[in-house]
Amino acid sequence: MKPSSILPALLALALGAGATLGLLLAEQQWHVATLAIVAVAALFVGGRLGLGDRVYRNAEAHHRIVMPAAWTLAAFVIFALRGHDFELLMLCTTMLYVLAGLGLTVQFGYAGVVNFAAAAFVGVGAYTAAVTMTHTGMPHLLVVLASGVVAAIIGSVLLLPLLRTRGHYAALITIAFGILFRTFLEVNDTLGGPQGLKVPAFTLLGHDFNEAIVFADETEWSFYTGYALLILVVLGAAYTLVRRLERSWIGVGLDAVRLDETAASAFGLNAAAWKIAAFSIGNFLAGVAGALYAMLTAFIAPANFALGDSLILVSIVILGGLGNPLGLLPAALIVVVLPEKLQVIQEYRFLLFSALVIAILLLRPGGLIPRRARLWFPGGRP
Amino acid sequence: MTAPLLVAAGLSVRFGGVRALDGFDVEIRTGELLGLIGPNGSGKTTFFNTVTGFVTPAGGKVMFAGEDITALAARHVARRGVARTFQRLRLLTELSVFDNLMLGQHLVLDHGVWTNLFARWRLRNQLRAQIEAARGVLSHFSATLPDRLFEPVAALTMIDRRRVEVCRALMRAPRLLLLDEPSAGMTPDETAELMGDLQNVKAARPDLAVILIEHDMGVIESAADRCVVLDYGRKIAEGDYATVTRDPAVRRAYLGEEAD
Repeated sequence: MKPSSILPALLALALGAGATLGLLLAEQQWHVATLAIVAVAALFVGGRLGLGDRVYRNAEAHHRIVMPAAWTLAAFVIFALRGHDFELLMLCTTMLYVLAGLGLTVQFGYAGVVNFAAAAFVGVGAYTAAVTMTHTGMPHLLVVLASGVVAAIIGSVLLLPLLRTRGHYAALITIAFGILFRTFLEVNDTLGGPQGLKVPAFTLLGHDFNEAIVFADETEWSFYTGYALLILVVLGAAYTLVRRLERSWIGVGLDAVRLDETAASAFGLNAAAWKIAAFSIGNFLAGVAGALYAMLTAFIAPANFALGDSLILVSIVILGGLGNPLGLLPAALIVVVLPEKLQVIQEYRFLLFSALVIAILLLRPGGLIPRRARLWFPGGRP
Repeated sequence: MTAPLLVAAGLSVRFGGVRALDGFDVEIRTGELLGLIGPNGSGKTTFFNTVTGFVTPAGGKVMFAGEDITALAARHVARRGVARTFQRLRLLTELSVFDNLMLGQHLVLDHGVWTNLFARWRLRNQLRAQIEAARGVLSHFSATLPDRLFEPVAALTMIDRRRVEVCRALMRAPRLLLLDEPSAGMTPDETAELMGDLQNVKAARPDLAVILIEHDMGVIESAADRCVVLDYGRKIAEGDYATVTRDPAVRRAYLGEEAD
């Protein structure tokens, strides 16, 4: 294969990081609006001109350099925001939406299992973290993992009805679960009822993440910097594993379950087992996102995990490009950050999301960054 | 003589009031190519669906290699070495030719978490072996398909899709291959070519038994060792092509002619 320059991929990365930073730091309403319009226009025009394809192939050919560069750049964005509490909090929230969106990608995008209760599983993770951190001495990194496991286990309650239904009916079951979960939290006094629970700070190796990081020369970093880096590391691991999952024999099996269960079973595939696995992996990631969310905000309440939040997660996954983890970031930025920045549209955010999702479904059904064919050999053919 | 590979005895399937299969008996031996013919709605595809575990019969049983597989689910039947194609293709059209063939390999692929997520070098080695295997099977059917391994099936012509579906069924070296009307949507020349290629595969795999559902009598005449004719879910004739087509009951039912 002809060695190609790595430049387009790095340029795209820099543009992405710049746009993210710009969006987070912009203060004038019209700055934000311009940036958003330019970014979306760039995605569309780039797609039309085939630039996206070129950048993608380029990035894949050099993935050994591009991926570490991307994560370094992300760390740099966090570093650049070290003095901005609010912006860091928004970035953390965005990353957590992406993390939960990765879970939905495995469920919905790969295996075709609908889940309109993703926020409920985020909630399971959050409440598990709150309770275990308050009442046990479990190491906090372990709490994060345990919260994911509990979310996956609670999710198994839904498995029996989910495996017996298809399409709309399966969707209804998850919606019902989401509503039941919130109602359960609101009437359960041990879990704080509608007022919710306070969550202790995350500590790692003696460092309390709720304390600002103060250096010897008295420069001070926002305490969100620590959380942002922690979330970035977890997100990086989850992203890498979800990408690998797609490019593996497991990825083929998941696609077969989604596309044609009958054909799949004719070749010995146990569709139920695969759906269970995909649903559990997805809920695990949602639970992990929930645990981190609880620690980040130090306070959780049933209202944080409502049906509306589940719908937002689904719209992020569709907006970004169903089945493509890369699309989650721009989609989450649009859905999470844009309304915060554009006060004008804040009240109409649901209207905006609906309009956006409809526009995407009509104009670009594959989403902002559509999923591509499975690339078995990122560096070229064998 | 060896015991038959597949024996269906007294097989009955009802859909509501309709008897799709009505006491159907059939046997096939290792290495044989059996032509299954009959008018539309005579129960041919229902027979395939029953053997492969998609339909549970109301009566009778299916023995495969001496084992009762009547009540087994589709995936367990597949495990025993039965592969099939579908009359209306069931390829995963948005996936590549290779990915489709890998569905055919589902039962032999390594789905372990370690290999798939962490030990990527192992996955790469398996991948190279599977690409080799896929190219090998495809090359029996087409000179160009092995080079189009990573193109989406949606980009292929009808005949290439048929070929991919047959290859998918052949990937795991089945003992029994069920071909449901492979000529549908193809020209007679294309069908003849496909069947010729299949004969070559069969020659290379003497153990492979094939049941072929076909409307095109020319295909049956040239390919089948033996024919079974179905009408209204019953076997009305059995034997070689010449015997069967001379049978008055067959002429009445299948060819729509009055027996003289």
